[in-house]
Amino acid sequence: MSSMIQAVRMALHVAEERHGVTDIFGEDVGPPLGGAFTATQGLKRAWNSPLDERGIVGTSIGLGLAGCRNVAEIQFCDYAFNTIDLLKLGGMMSWASHGDWNCPITIMTPVGSGIRGSIYHSHSFDATATHIHGWKIAMPSNPKDAYALLLSCIVDPNPCMFLIPKALMRSRAAPGEEIPGIDVDDRGLSKLIDAPLGDRSKWTPQWPDTPDLFIPVGEAATVRKGRDLTVVSYGRTLPLCVKAADSLAAEGIEAEVIDLRWLAPYDWERIKESVKRTGRALFVNEDTEITNFGEHLARRTTEEFFYELLAPPKVLAGAAIPGIGLADNLEMASVPQLPSITQAMRDLAASKP
Amino acid sequence: MSIDPNAPLTNEQLIKLHSLMVQGRVLEERLIQMYKQGDGYFWIGGPGEEAFNVPLGMLIHKGQGPEFDYLHFHYRQSATLLAMGADPVDALRQMKNTATDPYSGGRNFGGHPSIRKWNIVPVASTIETQYTMAPGTAMAQKRHGGRGITIVTGGDAGTAEGDFATCLVWSSRPMEPLPVLMIVTNNKWGISTAAAPQHGEKNVADRGRAFGIECKTIDGNDPEVAWREIASAMEYVRTTRRPFLLESIVSRLYGHSSASGANPVTDEADCLKGFEARLEARKILTREQMDSLRQKFTDELQLAHRRVREEPQPDGKTIYDHVFQTRDLVRGG
Repeated sequence: MSSMIQAVRMALHVAEERHGVTDIFGEDVGPPLGGAFTATQGLKRAWNSPLDERGIVGTSIGLGLAGCRNVAEIQFCDYAFNTIDLLKLGGMMSWASHGDWNCPITIMTPVGSGIRGSIYHSHSFDATATHIHGWKIAMPSNPKDAYALLLSCIVDPNPCMFLIPKALMRSRAAPGEEIPGIDVDDRGLSKLIDAPLGDRSKWTPQWPDTPDLFIPVGEAATVRKGRDLTVVSYGRTLPLCVKAADSLAAEGIEAEVIDLRWLAPYDWERIKESVKRTGRALFVNEDTEITNFGEHLARRTTEEFFYELLAPPKVLAGAAIPGIGLADNLEMASVPQLPSITQAMRDLAASKP
Repeated sequence: MSIDPNAPLTNEQLIKLHSLMVQGRVLEERLIQMYKQGDGYFWIGGPGEEAFNVPLGMLIHKGQGPEFDYLHFHYRQSATLLAMGADPVDALRQMKNTATDPYSGGRNFGGHPSIRKWNIVPVASTIETQYTMAPGTAMAQKRHGGRGITIVTGGDAGTAEGDFATCLVWSSRPMEPLPVLMIVTNNKWGISTAAAPQHGEKNVADRGRAFGIECKTIDGNDPEVAWREIASAMEYVRTTRRPFLLESIVSRLYGHSSASGANPVTDEADCLKGFEARLEARKILTREQMDSLRQKFTDELQLAHRRVREEPQPDGKTIYDHVFQTRDLVRGG
């Protein structure tokens, strides 16, 4: 079973071997480190850039315009905020040129809380990213989806953002959800593709033969069926929603959980079908709650099915504060956790017209 | 095709250069008139830069893909486009934001072209962002081989942005120097703010030295000097596959844009007047010939203005068109 970060690395390997990726680059992306989170160890096309996020995004766009499919990394999304106007430009190449150009690039960046990253290694980016149109935006909640979503981003002719939840980078695939072609256990896989400590100059990875996997752009997944309420989430909070739903089953509450996977474009049809059936909707993510992406989904839910709802749609999101504090209690109080998600689901299920 | 920068321009070349400079000036004056007559919401352009911008356009290796020059322009490049062979009427169409505007379908300001078949990357109003993209196209060209280079242009005020430093750093990395011709047209202004009290560097081009980048400051008001220096800098970049920073001192004859009135200024050198006096003195063209050429372009563009005024505006229903592409055009899809 691979971890999410190993899945990302294997997808990048497949992309450079089979899908024409010419460059995988960013700060500390190349040897010797291979990425702050090891996402790019052992890759042939990985190289280190100057410490300049604007240069990274600009160069990625330039390479893309010249026909070089590439993946650029911003080491933490907290450091992508100074690239916003370049992200806007990248997302505008086709639209502003009235369809004359396209820009086949992928920007990947770790997002969110969960590693006690303090004020500038814990930000979320989904609310900001979904305000920047012209990009396709993917965010996985498990290793197999990470693998398939990243490959889907890479082969798309449009600019794509791949947001990796830091808290899930070391998470393992659930039984039955492994990436095919990995015939070894965790330790065996580590031996094959994780760079050794110390001198790595002689090391080369032994890549397992993993297949092409894709997830159609804009296709969410219903990861748990239920009749009483619909919970829509993505990234770090998704597994927490599933866990909460499982525990609430003992109380007779059956929650349906949708993993959005693509934030742009998003699977409205799936949300619609589910919410119209359950009559209750909860949107969970950890970005700050004001002008939050979940708010947009709640607004559409309210506008489109108001008279079919059994309860007001709810959004459970991060606190509206400038950053996430370092101490355990501060981080835990800043973003949704299992108890607050469980309680929000319980409350919504109990709400009657 | 290699050009000897030191070979004197033939009379035929000088006449062509002059004709394009006049056409470029007349085009900008027409665009200003369009703005003032309500046939455009905003004007910005390059009147006063023709002596530099025309030779630049004539020397560009024009085409699509990495073997040709990639062009990251700013919004004062209309004379360069004319010299490359663009139809001046298309500039009018973008000014009038018609559906027929081939650069943006009525979405962008005048002076903001995009032509993929000539490697002209969509021009953006954001100052200096083009300098961050230039290393990317240049990297593709370096790997591709050949003589194609990346050319990026901007003004002097924009060099205060970090993106200018980005281009200096990324183009001169010792592990992979890049074939980028960085051009700064220095008109000594940033909208209404004079450069002198804001910038301590004597010449913008001097900043290249710290990075080992070849650099030069030239008189961009003299088209023969500009031709020679652009050709020389291009040849350096094409053959060494390393960057060059070229600073061209130019005039700004109608202010920054319509935001500052778009009125003629009288205290700056007019490159066209200087060049015409020289052509007359050398008996290459007569005053009458030059006047009648100017009249011809003026009449043509006046007629074109009337035609463009009647062309359709884009339909509001099209706003969602081209948000995403279904084809990978830049990869031949």
